[in-house]
Amino acid sequence: MIKAVVTVVGQDQTGIVAGIATTLSEHGVNILDMSQTIMSKTFTMSMLVAIDAAADFDEVYASVKEEGARLGVTVHVQREEIFDTMSHI
Amino acid sequence: MDTTQIRETIQMVKEDNFDIRTITMGISLLDTVGGSVEETAKNVYQKVTTYAKNLVVVGQQIEREYGVPITNKRISVTPVSLIAGHADEKEILVLAHALDDAAKEVGVDFIGGYSALVQKGFSHGDLALIKSLPKALTETDVVMSSINVGSSKAGINLDAVKLMGEMIKAITDKSDTANSKMVVFANAVEDNPFMAGAFHGVSEPDVVINVGVSGPGVVKRALEQVKGESITVVAETIKKTAFKITRVGQLVGTIAAERLGVPFGIVDLSLAPTPARGDSVAEVLEEIGLEQVGTHGTTAALMLLNDAVKKGGVMAAQGVGGLSGAFIPVSEDAGMIDAVQAGTLSLAKLEAMTSVCSVGLDMIAIPGDTPATTISAMIADEVAIGVQNNKTTAVRILPTNSTKVGDMVDYGGLLGTAPVMPVVDKSSTDFINRGGHVPAPIHSFKN
Repeated sequence: MIKAVVTVVGQDQTGIVAGIATTLSEHGVNILDMSQTIMSKTFTMSMLVAIDAAADFDEVYASVKEEGARLGVTVHVQREEIFDTMSHI
Repeated sequence: MDTTQIRETIQMVKEDNFDIRTITMGISLLDTVGGSVEETAKNVYQKVTTYAKNLVVVGQQIEREYGVPITNKRISVTPVSLIAGHADEKEILVLAHALDDAAKEVGVDFIGGYSALVQKGFSHGDLALIKSLPKALTETDVVMSSINVGSSKAGINLDAVKLMGEMIKAITDKSDTANSKMVVFANAVEDNPFMAGAFHGVSEPDVVINVGVSGPGVVKRALEQVKGESITVVAETIKKTAFKITRVGQLVGTIAAERLGVPFGIVDLSLAPTPARGDSVAEVLEEIGLEQVGTHGTTAALMLLNDAVKKGGVMAAQGVGGLSGAFIPVSEDAGMIDAVQAGTLSLAKLEAMTSVCSVGLDMIAIPGDTPATTISAMIADEVAIGVQNNKTTAVRILPTNSTKVGDMVDYGGLLGTAPVMPVVDKSSTDFINRGGHVPAPIHSFKN
């Protein structure tokens, strides 16, 4: 299992959480934690997700990016270690 | 899940130009020596293309998974003069072409190690390699060369210094940009992942992965938060930032080594600029409090920056090596170019700066009619700083034909654009023509 962080930033609108979450679930990706807020009309969301070993990281990455483009928001998918490694000894 | 940390990391990459500058695979060529130079070349091609087959693919996969750009994938090899056997300056070119072909086959950006270590004297292969440089660097595209002409232990080979001045002129006569692929060193290091000076030292293992990190933009952003505070705070801020940057280098290097099934060597924790605005070492120095880089105080600010980068990085990496510090190439740094054009940054000041940072006179364009002995004398000065101070120094100087002071020369891509700088017009010929060997400094006798 790979843990990854999905971040979404963009103009707020209906259906961003639904769109991204649906795409993730189609790949069997489990959402472990989620934080979402609106900062002066900008929608920002961070999700900690678990990608099953059987699922392909590249496929999840491509699908979520595609969904982000459809919604007009910027999406990053990055493995969790990058955030841990930079801030913890 | 700490969203502040997540935001900080993403900002470093997206806004502050943070990148892993290079993953460099070091490959030993000592076991490729055949009965003839053609046979050796065949073995070199075979070994490099086999070992580095997956380097680019693995690098790209890591970029995708971790969201950190890996700007270059590179290869460094054993100094080619050591495997040249009895090849002469024409025959040795087959090895340069083998490296170029192999690098293109596996898709790396550069291959370094068309090198010779001549601080104490020349072997047959060393001379053949050095004399082949004008052809080797203009007939190939991605082969990089370095020649070590001095060390704190051996002193300075003044014959080699003289010869390199002549070679740099001969290279210029064939191409205005090929000199950007060659560097003259004192105290060259054996595990440097950065170009043009990367080669795979003879004491290194058969194959190794070294990583070079960069991020002047990240340091500048961090310093913007401590405006007006004491210099102690500046040093601490740089240390903390260097720690974070280096940790990513350590992570990426570990993963790359694991996936390639190769031992992980070192992280080179350098602040290497690119021509992009906001990715400049000059701008970091200016953020410390200089109106423009090159003014009084520049050497002191650079000393602090270089030292704090090392201190922050050392604890973050399992093994630190390479050059590790701040790079000050002129053509690759928008702030340096501005300062040269404004007349604030001179060659003399750049030379002073090299006594406290990790490289030397780097990517500096000078007029094409500069005499070979003047170029040799510039090399001699720079090498002397390295030899006397037990540090690496380097010269990558770029005479350009039919240009005058102030003209801009374009080297392409990461190598950037350099304004032609004035050179002192008094002769150093009699000094350089003496030849011989400058003895090692007294403090080298430590045994």
